[in-house]
Amino acid sequence: MGHPTTRGSAAFYDVDGTLIKTNVVHAYAFYALHAPKISDRIGRTASLLASLPMYWAADKYDRKWFNDAFYKNYAGFSEDRLIVLGQELFENVIRPNIFPGARDLIKRSQDQGHKQVLVTGALDFATQPLAEYFGVDDFVANRLEFMDGIATGELRKPMLAGANKALWVRRYAEEHNLDLDRSFAYADSGSDLPLLSVVGHPCAINPDFRLRTTAKAYQWPILNLD
Amino acid sequence: MEDKTYNCVRILDEDSPARYMHYAEDFLTVKMPAGTRVVYAKPPMKPIENRQAAIRYALNHPEGDVKPLYAQLKPGMKVTIAIDDISVPLPPMRTPDLRQQMLEIIIQILEDHGVEDYEMVVALALHRPMTANEIKRMVGPSIFKQYYPDRLYNLDAEDPDGMVILGQTDQGEDVQIMRRAAESDLLIYVNINYVPMNGGFKSIGTGLSGYKSIRHHHNPATILKCDSYMDPENSALYDSNKRMGKILKEHLNVFHIETTLNNKMYDDNLMFMAKPEDDWTTTDSLKFKAFQAALKRVPRKGKRALFHKVPADYGLIGVNAGETEAVHAKTLEKCWQQHAVKLEGQADVVVYGITFESPYNVNSVMNPLLVHVMALGYFFNMYRGKPVVKKGGTLIVTHPCYDEFDPEHHPSYIEFFNRCLSETRDSTKLAHKWEAEFANNPNYVEMYRRGNAYHGVHPFYMWYWGENGRAHIGRVIVVGAENAHVPERLGWHTAATMEDALEMARDIHGPNPDITMMHHPPFLIADVT
Repeated sequence: MGHPTTRGSAAFYDVDGTLIKTNVVHAYAFYALHAPKISDRIGRTASLLASLPMYWAADKYDRKWFNDAFYKNYAGFSEDRLIVLGQELFENVIRPNIFPGARDLIKRSQDQGHKQVLVTGALDFATQPLAEYFGVDDFVANRLEFMDGIATGELRKPMLAGANKALWVRRYAEEHNLDLDRSFAYADSGSDLPLLSVVGHPCAINPDFRLRTTAKAYQWPILNLD
Repeated sequence: MEDKTYNCVRILDEDSPARYMHYAEDFLTVKMPAGTRVVYAKPPMKPIENRQAAIRYALNHPEGDVKPLYAQLKPGMKVTIAIDDISVPLPPMRTPDLRQQMLEIIIQILEDHGVEDYEMVVALALHRPMTANEIKRMVGPSIFKQYYPDRLYNLDAEDPDGMVILGQTDQGEDVQIMRRAAESDLLIYVNINYVPMNGGFKSIGTGLSGYKSIRHHHNPATILKCDSYMDPENSALYDSNKRMGKILKEHLNVFHIETTLNNKMYDDNLMFMAKPEDDWTTTDSLKFKAFQAALKRVPRKGKRALFHKVPADYGLIGVNAGETEAVHAKTLEKCWQQHAVKLEGQADVVVYGITFESPYNVNSVMNPLLVHVMALGYFFNMYRGKPVVKKGGTLIVTHPCYDEFDPEHHPSYIEFFNRCLSETRDSTKLAHKWEAEFANNPNYVEMYRRGNAYHGVHPFYMWYWGENGRAHIGRVIVVGAENAHVPERLGWHTAATMEDALEMARDIHGPNPDITMMHHPPFLIADVT
């Protein structure tokens, strides 16, 4: 017989589509529209619009492919500009699109003593203000690679998507002495099934078809925060 | 059809026809041994023909020391109207629902007296929020269109800003209530009363409150002290609601309207099913056989969907308004008149069938915990005086015990059944180890608030609800279970047929046990001496 657990517990949240209506494409569109030169603005925005069908298909097929293709758009942006615009991005794009129930969910989870952690494939400078707004304990997000302060269009490894999110959560739990059986995870997409599968209390929020089907099959709670 | 009397208690002989029993979405036909006592509900009492006139009369001639509704109104006042939710009556009544008819009259009176600040709330406590369509059916399209969702909505008992604690009873029970109701100049409660357990202080004390209050009476210790839920004078559950009612009275001005329904559950075509089989005509028997045969050809989901669409043909037999306790006393009188059937002596073995529906799965699935709550909670408690079955007696029920849950309505039931009940059936242990965790689980709280889920704590209440039944009954045998694990999880024995079940009962109670079959539904309450 072991001693009763003294380990803590956590709630891990995917962000895009789970806590907020927007996604990485909206964030990039904001940056594209706020590029320093008019020609740049037009070029980047037009290119984004033209590529949307491809991104949609890539996202459905494999999140890693999507990330590889999508983050190349950031090539040429300066790091300081991305950070400065991050706050504006939050106020103008992200904050109005936070699901009405998201804050209540996090607050109740905090009240139950669970450590609050955002685990997102979005970029770190776009996630930081949201993490502060929710008052979470920690977050992990993708990070762009920079050379001399300019984005190369590559993500720093390991890229946070799919199985990597689950791997990160397991490591995080070890480092912070967390009991994953007592922990919660929230996501909206079938690509986050690995993340949901590592905790004892998975929950699908506003799920896509694949996740909804899986959640129903396993009788996971399905929550609509909209 | 109404008020045609017959003998509600039949003693079977060798030549008596077989009895039909509910078996979820189907019926079983069983031949019971000679000497079996079969108890039927009384025929439906004659309904009031002009409902609107009766409602208006009640509002103008209140019970207790209160003024008529119109005399309590003045322009500028704040009024909240609370309405019972979809759990009553069962099955839902034919439209127009009585709640619609009461609301139409109340709203008119409010408007006529210059009251503009009024809102309607479905007093669902920790039950699932009703869907928009369900609310529309209940209040009628006109009220729905005009008021939903801004001035007609479900109670959110987990809204941190929407609930308030009014105080504590002399036994330390927190009295929590919806803030809007507490801050209103007048709270009008519109009740549908089908059994004596409902109504009175329970309407407000439970219906408009949340977990902080309800946990004080929905717990194993209180349930164990109920003898029975249907007998308010001997119900610790009702005592707790009464104590809370006193606090509520100090803070709120309440005008309570209670209606009593007869037990006309079937329409005229199927009304023969409420009567003893001995009295069926040849046509009745043929109709039943055709019905039973047709059901065998329909998949379970189809039958379930069909049954949930069939409304009951209830008639109004009483409407009273005014002060809560005075009104409830009148309601109870009518309830007993309709439902109480006198029985002499307890039985060794009691038998009843479990239907496709409980108060908690309207438009949903009768999951294993709800089968349990009907067997050991509701049906067991359908008595006044003494339980129908002797202490240590045997209960035989019929149900397939399918392992099906509705994840949208009953998400926490799934975890409770698979995680908690697989470890212990002891209510006190369950309460101690998991109740708070489930009640505060953010997933379940938000599914209750934003979806159509029962509150996370609700499966615990379903289990506690069987506490006095479990303590009294020696063992439960389920006939026709289609799997072994559900009955095993519930702590029940299984038998393939009624004959086998009765043989098992004879092993305990001897070769000639006293057997009583309670022929629910229509529901009846045994007055056992």
